[in-house]
Amino acid sequence: MHPAPSVIIFTTLSGLGFGLLVFLGLGFPAVSGWMAFAFFAIAYALAVGGLMASTFHLGHPERAWKAFIQWKTSWLSREGWCAVLALIIMGLYAIGLVFLDQNWSLLGWIGALFSLATVFTTSMIYTQLKTIPRWNMNLTPAMFLSFSLAGGALLAGQTSVAIPLLLISALVQMLYWRKGDQAFACSGTDLGTATGLGVRGSVRAFEPPHTGTNYLLREFVHVVGRKHAEKLRVISFVLAFVLPVLLLVLPFNHFFALLAVASHLAGVATSRWLFFAQAEHVVGLYYGKR
Amino acid sequence: MTQLPQSTDRKMGLVIDLDTCVGCHACVISCKGWNTENYGAPLSDQDAYGGNPSGTFLNRVHSYEVQPAEGHAQLIHFPKSCLHCEDAPCVTVCPTGASYKRVEDGIVLVNESDCIGCGLCAWSCPYGARELDQAEGVMKKCTLCVDRIYNENLPEVDRVPSCVRTCPAGARHFGDLGDPDSDVSKLVADRGGVDLMPEMGTKPVNKYLPPRPKDTVEDQIDILAPLLAPVAEEPKGFLSWLDKTLEKL
Repeated sequence: MHPAPSVIIFTTLSGLGFGLLVFLGLGFPAVSGWMAFAFFAIAYALAVGGLMASTFHLGHPERAWKAFIQWKTSWLSREGWCAVLALIIMGLYAIGLVFLDQNWSLLGWIGALFSLATVFTTSMIYTQLKTIPRWNMNLTPAMFLSFSLAGGALLAGQTSVAIPLLLISALVQMLYWRKGDQAFACSGTDLGTATGLGVRGSVRAFEPPHTGTNYLLREFVHVVGRKHAEKLRVISFVLAFVLPVLLLVLPFNHFFALLAVASHLAGVATSRWLFFAQAEHVVGLYYGKR
Repeated sequence: MTQLPQSTDRKMGLVIDLDTCVGCHACVISCKGWNTENYGAPLSDQDAYGGNPSGTFLNRVHSYEVQPAEGHAQLIHFPKSCLHCEDAPCVTVCPTGASYKRVEDGIVLVNESDCIGCGLCAWSCPYGARELDQAEGVMKKCTLCVDRIYNENLPEVDRVPSCVRTCPAGARHFGDLGDPDSDVSKLVADRGGVDLMPEMGTKPVNKYLPPRPKDTVEDQIDILAPLLAPVAEEPKGFLSWLDKTLEKL
């Protein structure tokens, strides 16, 4: 898949922002006044910034509001609803904490639930696609949720929770890569089933429909950067999990905490780039590119 | 609405005969010609006369080589457009309801004024049947020439999809695949029509007729063959000596 910067920025930043909102909603850390304002400002900047970035890849961003209509079938629509509800509920909760010195904890819990639901619905947009075997696995939502919670705990300064969550995320990431690498072969889809000619012999793409490129090839048959995938995996793993855990284990220091967050963010962004760049869409089979 | 209908009154679709298709791409051209100036936004091209041309097409013809376990390889031309699936994933993923399947004839269409161009329907289609138009920013796909097949301004013979009307080899057939007595359904039954990627669970309406088996060349070509049998099975004379000498080296 083409790793569009807009979706990478969106899933990385929003994941982190909604993760922080989960912890703020549950009351970790129990902040109020200007301290609460600062935490909520960071969470909203990440969550809303990511959502804004996601509209950049739309052909018609001005019609984006129409995406709320089909929540009965569409995960993209459900994501829109969850995001808006989470932001409104957490906004009310934040107003209570920041300006009225009121802790409406039930509102916080509901907001946390919707924040988590937003990350889940985002992951389901990818997980539902049978056409991309690497995404069509239970590990995809597990990865999005664990990353979001680990990043949220890190940003919320909840060291004791952040370390186990980072370790869980690291495990999920490794399993995702391991299983993902076999997903296409295990899906049972090949050029034989794609053309219905597999029963007759071995099928080979002889001639593409056009000499030039097209939308399908640009969007779904991205191959650039695959050769560096192994190196990028190591880089992403070290930045997202190893370094932050080491920094958290060291005696607490504000600079180390900031470094841990920055490192985690860079690592997750790299992992997300790989998530898209390494995803093989079955349509590539028709072009002999799988 | 992006909820798929429980069932459709008819299942209009195409039957493509891979045995007959000669790979001339006439269906590609006639499809682009008709659909760029009728239903919805035009099918734009980018850098059409430059070094890196690219454009929106609703129908493309691939060519594949099939090598059986025994015998000669076979070249098969393979036209591909929207299969108007019964369980169309492109419809249910659409967040706006722009993508829909018609109850009356099962045709999958895009309401372009509701399309936000998110591309998710193209992501969900295993067949590459949808392309986002780069000029218009909306999703384009085969309409089964919905503006021809019911068009009473056209002579009756033309009330079929443009690709079907154009095909000089008669490799494309159009009809109701939901009616077991229709010509297309009988054709599919006779020739063992197949679904593409059945494991995806999309239940495509369009069917592909596999190529018929090729004639096999029998050992004895005709009754004179024994008289024409090769006389020298093994090399003799100088060649025989050369063969043996080279063998020994």
